[in-house]
Amino acid sequence: MPRLSLNRYLSALSVMLLVATTTSIPQAAERKLVLTGSSTVAPLAAEIGKRFERENPGVRVDVQSGGSSRGIADARSGLADIGLVSRALKPDEQDLKSFTIALDGITLIVHKDNPVQTLTDPQIVDIYTGKITRWRAVGGADRPITVVNKAEGRSTLELFLHHFQLKSGDIKAHVVIGENQQGIKTVAGNTSAIGYVSISTAEYEASQGVPIKLLPMAGVDASVENVRNGRFPLARPLNLVTKAESEGLVRQFIDFSRSESVHDLVEAQYFVPLAH
Amino acid sequence: MIWSKHSISSPSRTDARLAGWLSVAAGLAAAVLVLIVLFLLHESWPVLKRIGWLRFFTDAAWHPSEGLFGLAPMLWATLASSAGALVLAGGLGVASALFCRFYAPPSAARPYRRTVALLAGIPSVVFGFWGLTVLLPLIVRWQPPGASLLAGILILTLMILPTMALTADAALAAVPKAYLHGAAALGISRSGTVLRVVLPAARSGIIAGLLLAAGRALGETMAVLMVAGNVVQTPNSLFDPVRTLTANIALEMAYATGEHRAGLFVSGLVLTGMIILLAVAALRLGGARSHV
Repeated sequence: MPRLSLNRYLSALSVMLLVATTTSIPQAAERKLVLTGSSTVAPLAAEIGKRFERENPGVRVDVQSGGSSRGIADARSGLADIGLVSRALKPDEQDLKSFTIALDGITLIVHKDNPVQTLTDPQIVDIYTGKITRWRAVGGADRPITVVNKAEGRSTLELFLHHFQLKSGDIKAHVVIGENQQGIKTVAGNTSAIGYVSISTAEYEASQGVPIKLLPMAGVDASVENVRNGRFPLARPLNLVTKAESEGLVRQFIDFSRSESVHDLVEAQYFVPLAH
Repeated sequence: MIWSKHSISSPSRTDARLAGWLSVAAGLAAAVLVLIVLFLLHESWPVLKRIGWLRFFTDAAWHPSEGLFGLAPMLWATLASSAGALVLAGGLGVASALFCRFYAPPSAARPYRRTVALLAGIPSVVFGFWGLTVLLPLIVRWQPPGASLLAGILILTLMILPTMALTADAALAAVPKAYLHGAAALGISRSGTVLRVVLPAARSGIIAGLLLAAGRALGETMAVLMVAGNVVQTPNSLFDPVRTLTANIALEMAYATGEHRAGLFVSGLVLTGMIILLAVAALRLGGARSHV
C-alpha cells in the first residue's frame, strides 16, 4: 500500500531527525575553540588553527569571517572564544584584551599605465572628497578620476578615514567595493581609477603581473618590508581579542599564534610577522 | 478525482494520519514566509521604533554611522536596473522564442533550446566576474567610471534572458494548433500569423514569464554588486554608478552592528514588500487568465 509506506516514511524521517539531534551531543564534549571576525585575519587564523589542531589532538578550531565589528561583538557576548580584529582597539573597546599576531598595511593603488608616481596626503584627501576630479591637477593625463571606496563598516575604510581625518559622508566615490580582490580588479580594469587595499594583497597581485601600481605614502614605499619596520604610516595590527584574562586552551592558542612557529603561515598570507 | 471521493466517503485511520502529516508539512511551508517577515520586523524594530518608517524614504543619504538611513536612492536603483533588464530581456526573449518556434529548422531549434536552458543554470557570481573583468573595461573606455547602472542592466539582462526565452517558448507552444490552422486556411502570411494571432494568444503566458524574470532581477545580488559601482545615489543617467537594495545588504551586513544592522533589515523588509507586490500582481494575472 503506497499510502501506508508514505506514513512509515514520514515516521521514519522524524525518528531519524530525533536520532540526528541526540547523536550530535557527544561531539560537543570535544574541546573546541570558536574564532570569528575580520575577513582579513580569518584565513590566517584558519591556517594557524589547522596547525594547532595537529599539535593538540582532540582540539577543534572553528573560524568564521564576518568583519572586525563582528569579532568585537562575538568576543564580548561570548559567542566566540576569540575575536579577530584587523585594527587597534577603540577607546570604547578597552574592556577587551588584544594580542597582535601580525601587521598589515593599506596602500593606495592606481593603474600601472597611470603616469602619476606619488600623491601627497592633501591631494589624496582632495581626490576622495571630490575637490580634485581630473588627473591633470596632480600631474597626470587629462582624464576624470574614478574614486574607488570601500563599503561602510569595513575596517580598511575605518583605517583610511581615521588616517586622513575624514568622515564617511565626505567621500565622493564612483565605485564602492567589498573585498580587496574586487578593488584590485576594478583598478586593473580602469586606467583612471584610484583605490586602496591591503598592501600584502596588492604587492602579491602586482608581482603576479596584475597591472596595478602601489603609491608611496609620505615618501615611504608601500611594501611589506616598510610595514614590518614600522616606517609605513598606513598600517594596522591584526589582533586576537578576548573578553577577560585568557586561560587554558585560549591562552595556549594565543601564545602559539604569537610564536615563531607560525611565521611561515603569516608570510604565506602576505602579512608581516612580529619582530622577535 | 475518483480516488479523492472514495477517501472522503470512507476515511480510514491511515488516511487520517496521512492528512495530519501533510497538513503539518503544508503548514510549515506556509509558516516559513510568515516567520521570515516576523523575523525581519523583529530585527529592524530597534531602528523603526526610534526613527519611524518615513525617515527611510525621506533621508537624503545612506550613512548609518552618521544617523542617515535614506533607502530611496537604492529603491530607485533597484527598480531602474530591473526595469531596464526586463525591457531588454523581454524583447530578446520573445524574439528568441519566436525564432525557435516558427523560423528555425528543428535541427537547430532543439540544440538552441538546450543551450538556453543551460544558460539558466550558470551561477550568478560567474556572470558578475565576467562583467567585472570583461564588460567593465569596455564601458570604461567609452564612459568612465564604467561601473554603472548600464553595466548592472546588461548583466541582469543576461541572467534573466534564459527565464524569459524559456517561458515565452512555453507560452507560444501552448497556443492551440487550431489557431494556426485557421490562420493558414485564411491565407495569412507567416509574419501576420505570428504578430496578429500567436502573440496576442500567448500574451498572458509571456507576461507571467516577465513577472517571474522580474522576481529574479529584483533579488539578484552578487552579479549586480560586482558591476554596478554600489554608490548610493539616485541615477540620473545610464552611466551613473548605483547600489541596489540587495547589494546594500550583502556589502554591509557582515560588518554592521546596532542600528546600522537594523537598518539593513529594513532594506530586507522593503525588498520583501516589493516581491510580495509582484506575487500579488502575478496572482491577479493568473486569475484573469482563467476567465479569458
